[in-house]
Amino acid sequence: MSLLKPLLILFSLLLVGVLPAAAQSDPEALRPLINNLADGNYDETQRQIEEIAATGNAAAAPALEALGEGDLYFRKSDGMVFIAVREGKIYQLTDPLTLEAAGEAGRRDVKKIRVNNRLRRVIRSALGSLTLMAPDPGVRMAAAEAIFTARDPDGIEALDIALDAETDDNVRRVMQQARAAAVLNSDLGPEEKITAVGTLSDMGNRQALSLLLSVQSTLDPDVQAAAADAISKIEQSIAAWDAAQNIWFGISLGSVLLLAAIGLAITFGVMGVINMAHGEMVMIGAYVTFVVQEIIRTSAPGLFEVSLFIALPLAFLTSGLIGVAIERGVIRWLYGRPLETLLATWGISLILQQAVRTIFGPTNQEVGNPDWMSGAFELGQMTITYNRMWIVVFALLVFAGLMLVLKKTPFGLYTRAVTQNRRMAASMGIRTPWIDALTFGLGSGIAGIAGVALSQIDNVSPNLGQSYIIDSFMVVVFGGVGNLWGTLVGAMTLGVVNKFLEPYAGAVLGKIFVLVFIILFIQKRPRGLFALKGRAVEA
Amino acid sequence: MKSMMTKLALAGLMTSTMIGGAAADDDTIKVGILHSLSGTMAISETTLKDAMLMLIEEQNKKGGLLGKQLEAVVVDPASDWPLFAEKARELIEVNGVDAVFGCWTSVSRKSVLPVFEELNSLLFYPVQYEGEESQRNVFYTGAAPNQQAIPAVDYLMNEEGVERWVLAGTDYVYPRTTNKILEAYLKAKGVAEEDIMINYTPFGHSDWQTIVSDIKTFGSAGKKTAVVSTINGDANVPFYKELANAGIKAEDIPVVAFSVGEEELAGLDTEPLVGHLAAWNYFQSADTDINADFIDAWHAFIGDEERVTNDPMEAHFIGFNMWVEAVEKAGTTDADAVIDAIVGVTVPNLTGGYSAMMPNHHITKPVLIGEIQDDGQFETVWETSGTVVGDAWSDYLDGSKDLISDWRAPMSCGNFNVKTGKCGGSGS
Repeated sequence: MSLLKPLLILFSLLLVGVLPAAAQSDPEALRPLINNLADGNYDETQRQIEEIAATGNAAAAPALEALGEGDLYFRKSDGMVFIAVREGKIYQLTDPLTLEAAGEAGRRDVKKIRVNNRLRRVIRSALGSLTLMAPDPGVRMAAAEAIFTARDPDGIEALDIALDAETDDNVRRVMQQARAAAVLNSDLGPEEKITAVGTLSDMGNRQALSLLLSVQSTLDPDVQAAAADAISKIEQSIAAWDAAQNIWFGISLGSVLLLAAIGLAITFGVMGVINMAHGEMVMIGAYVTFVVQEIIRTSAPGLFEVSLFIALPLAFLTSGLIGVAIERGVIRWLYGRPLETLLATWGISLILQQAVRTIFGPTNQEVGNPDWMSGAFELGQMTITYNRMWIVVFALLVFAGLMLVLKKTPFGLYTRAVTQNRRMAASMGIRTPWIDALTFGLGSGIAGIAGVALSQIDNVSPNLGQSYIIDSFMVVVFGGVGNLWGTLVGAMTLGVVNKFLEPYAGAVLGKIFVLVFIILFIQKRPRGLFALKGRAVEA
Repeated sequence: MKSMMTKLALAGLMTSTMIGGAAADDDTIKVGILHSLSGTMAISETTLKDAMLMLIEEQNKKGGLLGKQLEAVVVDPASDWPLFAEKARELIEVNGVDAVFGCWTSVSRKSVLPVFEELNSLLFYPVQYEGEESQRNVFYTGAAPNQQAIPAVDYLMNEEGVERWVLAGTDYVYPRTTNKILEAYLKAKGVAEEDIMINYTPFGHSDWQTIVSDIKTFGSAGKKTAVVSTINGDANVPFYKELANAGIKAEDIPVVAFSVGEEELAGLDTEPLVGHLAAWNYFQSADTDINADFIDAWHAFIGDEERVTNDPMEAHFIGFNMWVEAVEKAGTTDADAVIDAIVGVTVPNLTGGYSAMMPNHHITKPVLIGEIQDDGQFETVWETSGTVVGDAWSDYLDGSKDLISDWRAPMSCGNFNVKTGKCGGSGS
């Protein structure tokens, strides 16, 4: 084999060299090269990938893509290479060049071609040069980006050809940037390089900065001066965007706090019950999401993208019903005895945690992110992740919905009446015990839907609730007990303050500073940001 | 209600007689299992309790030990560090166990140390830890920093060409000590101060936006950057989610983790994490017969084909077999005899080699670097050619580089200072 391989390579190189046109049109010419990927260590695989890239034959792209994703296998019996997808105990094979089905193979008949990070980088840049002329603009864009990261001077020629043929303006821009990156890494003259620095300076993001910083020392003095200007210009614009990014992080943290606290704002803020089991309601909501996703995975995989919307009402009902049960079973006997309530609900929280641990096991459960919750987009120089953005939107929607329920529905009216003056409300014919139970259920249900959202960013384990309970109390007390607006403003303030402290003080100290700040604040204003005034306070 | 009470009382009576009966029964050798079954650490430690029960059951099938059956005594220290010491005392004094397998966090180990010293019993500790300790009654079957952290950094430096380092950890003793060692090591290798960023976060930290964006900024200084993560347990899931969402790929900024194993990945969609690294002494994907047998036995015992195996389980496998062999060699379960007999005992590990107990009560282990795969498993991309001897005292820290540990007869010292020639140089 060791003799055969160089021969094969030589042979295929000859073919490519002598008959480039034939190689372009005939994917079969690639077959020996692709099959060569089957053996050897990482270094040899890297050489083989580079050889494949050197043919410039776009037909190799699917095979390389599969290799990068770890889907390329070889059959042990004859050393043929296939794209294989696992289905249970067997693998479905696909021919890597013709992309036609090629039968199936058992688990032990095929072996995966191993790749590591270094190879993935090589594959990425190889794919870049192979797919520059692809018909799909998205693929061309990705190809140009890959060349930008690889900064390979050999790519300039291919880019020039592609730029001539390019019709899409966005792709064209990225290609020019990629060309600039490659030029800076090449031995072209200073004029070319100064133009390239100009292109990168207009690009103005971290990638451009990183590139300029890394090549700066290798440039001629003239170009170096231009690069230094570009660097300071980019750094200035990034600093401005950093402040904006920090505010966004703060709002995003604030929205998580708001979600966790808003249910508590009802049970503690409106009803005055110190509910230590509040975090567990959030946890149960997250587990409902997990169960819903499990059922969808096994019986209706097509519904996965909407799994969160199915989970929302179920989480609300589950947590809400458990909340009503807790109120009817325990808390109603303890009204007016805050210390006992605290201890009893703390006990309930331990019982719920251990129950979940017994049913689902102590390990984290996997809750998947639907596609629309994954990834990020760039706004200027800011990176905004979709899951955080949707959680901000969701938190505000929940807040608005809750406001609506409390202000515009008969149930909300009863709730407010009962909390403001219980005896008078009772005299008016309101069944106060049921209003208590339903209000507590509402608060718990809201905590449940918060759990659905938090399952997207935190891990779903029996301890999920514990990490939010202290923060939730902090938000409600800081914002002013009994006032939903206070909770909103409190959560956002704490989020932003936390995020502005974190870069300077670190995450640990930052948290301590926030706590100290709240303690001092409560000393000054014991009733929080938005204190309720009037007789309700005394009641 | 009444019948319920009677039933409860009856059950209580039965349990107490069972315990009483067991205590009186001299035909068994008792093995203590000291792992949290509730509280924050239950997530990691419950699995180890089950692994120990399986190992004991298998040993009993093979005819037990010294002609007697083994009996497991399980207690729950509930992730409460002082309770670990109380439960350890209970195991040794009340239940009369001959060896204890347990603890996970360093603080729980520190909490039980005096108990084992005072009552002269044995503890097998299965988790990678920060080193800087060697105690006569404790056997460290997890990795010391030179068996995990240092080889991982070497790999990144040589194979990935990393020049800029983020050391991110949870704020407690293991990450702080490990990062101190790594910082000293990196500086000794010529890495400049400004190319190292150190960051600590609280336990269970869930908002990683700022730190991930800091890493991104730090990584855009034109040099290849990597993250060395000693982030503990639960906080990893949101960290990796944020990394994936922020589009940080392993090809650009790889993260090598020392606390993320198969068990931690079970709660994650690993598709976006492919290529990030972990350094351990064992991966479930190890392609050996002994490992395949172990996995089959584990699946049969736990009754779930989906459950994974991980590095601390292998450490218990090695530690338990070492103890069994040492007891057979000594012919008794007496602690002093076992401590003398166990040094030099060599047993097979699950990656196809052998591990030996060294005089410093650490063991020899191979070091593996694995990349996360989309099925939640690791693929070994690099491994040491042989095994590495666990080093109790780091060679890169000022206070400890002159210290050695040797519990064999003439020296019998856990912190012998080779400069002053005296036992008890510094440290514990």
